[in-house]
Amino acid sequence: MTRHLLSAADLDAAEATALLDTAAELARLTAGREVKKLPTLRGRTVVNLFYEDSTRTRISFEAAAKRLSADVINFSARGSSVAKGEGLKDTALTLQAMGADAVVVRHSASGAAHRLAGWVDGSVINAGDGTHEHPTQALLDAYTMRARLGRIAGLKVAIVGDVLHSRVARSNVLLLHTLGAHVTLVAPPTLLPVGVDAWPATTSYDLDAVLPDCDVVMMLRVQRERMDDSFFPSTREYTRRYGLDTARARRLPEHAIVMHPGPMIRGMEIAPEVADSPRSTVTEQVANGVSVRMAVLYRLLGGA
Amino acid sequence: MADVLITGVSVLGRPPTDLLLRDGIVAEVGTGLSAPGALVVPADGLVALPGLVDLHTHLREPGREDAETVETGSRAAALGGYTAVCAMANTEPVADTAGVVEQVWRLGREAGLVDVQPVGAVTVGLRGRQLAELAAMADSAAAVRIFSDDGNCVADPRLMRRALEYVKAFDGVVAQHAEEPRLTEGAQMHEGEVSARLGLAGWPAVAEEAIIARDALLAGHVGARLHICHVSTAGSVEQLRAAKARGVRVSAEVTPHHLLLTDELAATYDPVYKVNPPLRPERDVAALRQAVRDGVIDAVATDHAPHTVEDKECEWAAARPGMLGLQTALSVVLDVFGPDWNLIAERMSRTPARLAGLDDHGHDPAPGAPASLTLVDPAARVTVDPTQLASRSRNTPYAGMTLPGRVVATFLRGQPTVLDGKATR
Repeated sequence: MTRHLLSAADLDAAEATALLDTAAELARLTAGREVKKLPTLRGRTVVNLFYEDSTRTRISFEAAAKRLSADVINFSARGSSVAKGEGLKDTALTLQAMGADAVVVRHSASGAAHRLAGWVDGSVINAGDGTHEHPTQALLDAYTMRARLGRIAGLKVAIVGDVLHSRVARSNVLLLHTLGAHVTLVAPPTLLPVGVDAWPATTSYDLDAVLPDCDVVMMLRVQRERMDDSFFPSTREYTRRYGLDTARARRLPEHAIVMHPGPMIRGMEIAPEVADSPRSTVTEQVANGVSVRMAVLYRLLGGA
Repeated sequence: MADVLITGVSVLGRPPTDLLLRDGIVAEVGTGLSAPGALVVPADGLVALPGLVDLHTHLREPGREDAETVETGSRAAALGGYTAVCAMANTEPVADTAGVVEQVWRLGREAGLVDVQPVGAVTVGLRGRQLAELAAMADSAAAVRIFSDDGNCVADPRLMRRALEYVKAFDGVVAQHAEEPRLTEGAQMHEGEVSARLGLAGWPAVAEEAIIARDALLAGHVGARLHICHVSTAGSVEQLRAAKARGVRVSAEVTPHHLLLTDELAATYDPVYKVNPPLRPERDVAALRQAVRDGVIDAVATDHAPHTVEDKECEWAAARPGMLGLQTALSVVLDVFGPDWNLIAERMSRTPARLAGLDDHGHDPAPGAPASLTLVDPAARVTVDPTQLASRSRNTPYAGMTLPGRVVATFLRGQPTVLDGKATR
């Protein structure tokens, strides 16, 4: 595995599978134990560098690092260097001087993790950069699919919603393709990027037509503000065509699961009854996130 | 003023000859010339070109002297083989009054390395609301003939029409930065496969092409001259071709970087590759190259855009767009087109000089012609080292690339501005 995890494309099938296996092993080791800590990364320093609010992702990484006994520094850099046009490099040099072994970075600018990787000696883990990628989310989603359905290769996965602005979608398309799943992106044409034809995925504008042949349906958050920029006329119309309500969920095969990376907008892209149904993996995804991030830290930091 | 005797030079690839420069003109051309007391410049193996003329340079002064000054930009230009540059208006304050354009013009004279011809803003403050005092700038000492809001598009069709009409009174031309602003809000790079993958907001080709189509129609309607800055797409080439076929008086330029580099470079997320208009895919690059050969694109212009380190060493979205170009333009053009000296002279000197109304420039070295010319070593290959560039900024996209050709000497009205590859002042 390379020194950094910047994109899901950094992982080939063997590396991705090894990560998922490591995550499963770490989950097994800590499951049911009163003390969930492993001594693996004792003395190593992991910095959570968050330029965007994301309590759930930050907490997940923090829990992962702490369960491996790493020292964790939370560096909340809100106010963002982007506004000032400066700062990221200076922050990188500061972290470098403090001897960070790994930097987990969340930033509103696509490519911020790539830039950071050029400026620090430690490992950089992309915890979401703008509308580009969120590779650990894709790993935890793959982990969740494998845990629920027993495999990833050959699965039919629909990713539904604001694909254009979604880092979750980009990372999932890349990783799921690497692992042999078939991805269909479902969205109104305005929310699919120009150039999506080159992605290893098929596209559809018709959710109802796609659902009966899905093993997994992954709903993406759709921000209401998109309506103001004419990506769709109204939330009501969006929900009517692309929301996963109870009637639509009945079109899914019996075994199919419903995923959401959170935070959900209940009543918009997903109905509460579906989000809370046995098909839904939302809370498992959160739990699996910690195991997967432990595995990423473990493998990047060499476990020693 | 000492005479200059250039010996054994190939004028535009022709058999070697000598050139005697005296009193600002090419006094004699022939073999075996002698001129006692003249500065002798041995030029065996070198090619003489008419001094290059850049239609599109950002010198940053006044306002951003930390990025470039008229003097440092002039030096970069002379070292790149240029004898004249057109300085864009997006300074601080904006060059939208006779006072500012005269200041830039005077700074250029003081630097004395190239003729600095100021471009005037079309609208007050580049804001696109109200025409600047265009005639005052035309009548000033700077004798402005090109007007541009470059960096911004004159997006309002009614205002653009008025500008095109108004400058007819003094044979002016509006140089349009063709970018429909509503289609490029937040745009970071060319909209296509690479932007989709990188999650960077797209700058669609249609935003450029739609403005070119519109403005060509407007220029035809009012019988005005129109110039299109930094054309970057195959579709724009088609719009220009059609407009020219209809007889519209439209000219166009392309940058060296749009002739060589593609949008794949954005995958590095290094903002040294961020530029406006953005780098485009291979297919557009091929169409632009063909358009330069065909003459649908009239000129190669650098869009030399110096930026400080802090404006480039940051996140892609936070970085300012633009790249250096003056010292590498000729080498890039040589790399793309080979030693087609007539084509190079036409697109980098004669035509831009004519479009800018710079009568002292763009003349092949011949008896009686103004002695503004440059000597190039076509056999040299130079690896671009950002720290060795004369510009105050370092944002070259060619760092580490080895390119053909080296400017050995440049002369402005008979006086050397560059000798042995070094600026004389």
